[in-house]
Amino acid sequence: MTAGARRLAGDRLLQTLSILVLALSLVALMTLLYDVWSDGWQRLDWRFLTSNPSRRAAAAGIYPALVGSFYVLLVTAALSLPLGIGAAVYLEEYGGGGRWARLIEINIANLAGVPSIIYGLLGLSVFVRVFGWGPSVLAGGATLALLALPVVILSTREALRTVPMSAREGSYALGATQWQTIWHQVLPSAFPGILTGLILAMSRAIGETAPLITIGALAYIDFTPTSVMSPFTVLPIQVYNWVSRPQAAFAENAAAGIIVLLVLLLTLNSVAVVLRDRIQKARA
Amino acid sequence: MIRPLRPLTTFTSPPGAAAPPTGVKIAVTGLDFFYSQKQALSAITTDLQANIVTAFIGPSGCGKSTFLRTLNRMNDIIPGARVEGQILIDGHDIYHPGTDVVDLRRRVGMVFQKSNPFPKSIFENVAYGLRVNGITRNRGELEGRVEDSLKAAAIWDEVKDRLSESALMLSGGQQQRLCIARALAIQPEILLMDEPASALDPIATQRIEELIYQLKTTYTIVIVTHNMQQAARVSDRTAFFWLGRLVESGPTEQIFTSPTEKLTEDYVTGRFG
Ligand SMILES: Nc1ncnc2c1ncn2[C@@H]1O[C@H](COP(=O)(O)OP(=O)(O)OP(=O)(O)O)[C@@H](O)[C@H]1O
Ligand SMILES: [Mg+2]
Repeated sequence: MTAGARRLAGDRLLQTLSILVLALSLVALMTLLYDVWSDGWQRLDWRFLTSNPSRRAAAAGIYPALVGSFYVLLVTAALSLPLGIGAAVYLEEYGGGGRWARLIEINIANLAGVPSIIYGLLGLSVFVRVFGWGPSVLAGGATLALLALPVVILSTREALRTVPMSAREGSYALGATQWQTIWHQVLPSAFPGILTGLILAMSRAIGETAPLITIGALAYIDFTPTSVMSPFTVLPIQVYNWVSRPQAAFAENAAAGIIVLLVLLLTLNSVAVVLRDRIQKARA
Repeated sequence: MIRPLRPLTTFTSPPGAAAPPTGVKIAVTGLDFFYSQKQALSAITTDLQANIVTAFIGPSGCGKSTFLRTLNRMNDIIPGARVEGQILIDGHDIYHPGTDVVDLRRRVGMVFQKSNPFPKSIFENVAYGLRVNGITRNRGELEGRVEDSLKAAAIWDEVKDRLSESALMLSGGQQQRLCIARALAIQPEILLMDEPASALDPIATQRIEELIYQLKTTYTIVIVTHNMQQAARVSDRTAFFWLGRLVESGPTEQIFTSPTEKLTEDYVTGRFG
């Protein structure tokens, strides 16, 4: 075989292999989806979405968990977005490789890999106990914000780095200060990237169970949270609760809950994609 | 902070500035410039006169842009960049630690080699400098200034009906003129133009050259160009750079007809570069 033919053969082998791997993971995903769907679809209806949980599987719904997840995510986003952007802007635009900045950077990279239950323990001791917030929506949202922060910071820094030097230079050359340049040029240009990072962080947070159980989120709740200080539950905890029941009917509820969670996740991700495209088009 | 408006055609030196010594606006002495390890400029010493056009010529990579960018400290934002030597503008050392770099850049405007309009509307591109400097918040005044600047940059007729469209929709040459308008809007004292006509057709180029001719009564202008004819047409003085050194500078006429250095002669007659 000539060198060219060998390279071609190698190319083909790699291509076949990657298609195979892709097909395998697709099959696994499809099987999982099918399994969940076939278990849960009969339970999915308006009443399931709008009812409180119940001891009778057929009457049980996920309304409080749905609302709880929504509120907790709202708190998480409201906390992690400004903090994350602030930290990223400091590290990327001001901290500039100083000793402190380096130390913080390493810490953030490490934080991104910490198991989520550790965040739960931190949330329990700081937010629930020291701050005295109890096992509330606020404490839950803040705990998940800790979890989301490294992701938001890292993706924001990534987005800030993609803003071309020429845009900054154009701004500086007109007598803009560094802060004006960041505010008027850099952040708007980086916004689609920041948004994508935030939504990715949110879609990780929406599936988190361990840290919320750790801070004491309730597994059984038959009221919706009325303020940030209310106790709450979230979708994955509700699902977990149903899965652990022996009756088959509750397993169906769990499957239906998973479908709801998946739909939410997909919606969230599509919103991210659509928003990003819109913004990019509007700016182009 | 609202600054008083200065009409486009009157020149005032900033309050408190020492009287410029005999028409010298920028005095450069022993300037060395380094990108990290790489030296890009060596021992540049020259005076740039007020209210005339100075052209920088020289082969690609000889340091023309680098030198231009030391004059408004635009190189400050390049990591690892280092300047030695002295640059005085109106007698003030612009690299003195107490220098207000933001104010310096407002007074020393720049049009970049690669046009870089902001991803905003045409109007907002020109209004940007006025806004960030707090020059005016009055809508009517803002619109007037934007219009004047666009007219001065010979682009008003092409964009007057689409001021709210994105600047990125404009053609390359239009973007270049928009960047000139943007720089003019805040009425700097010095205008640094890095190949402002490189993306322009002959007609637009002529307009820009006429513009430069008009502006020099008010502004001190430095223009980088690869076009010898253009340098000869628009500039009063010419400086020839080669490998990071200033080989020769003098009245444009003299540089093009009877340069003292062999290197200059070879370059302007097109024997290399
Ligand atoms: N940001 C940078 N980092 C490192 N080196 C640089 C940088 N910018 C320019 N240089 C180098 O410095 C030297 C001078 O570059 P400069 O851009 O000033 O040349 P120029 O005369 O403007 O060229 P041209 O006519 O092609 O625009 C070149 O060798 C270039 O490679
Ligand atoms: Mg250049």
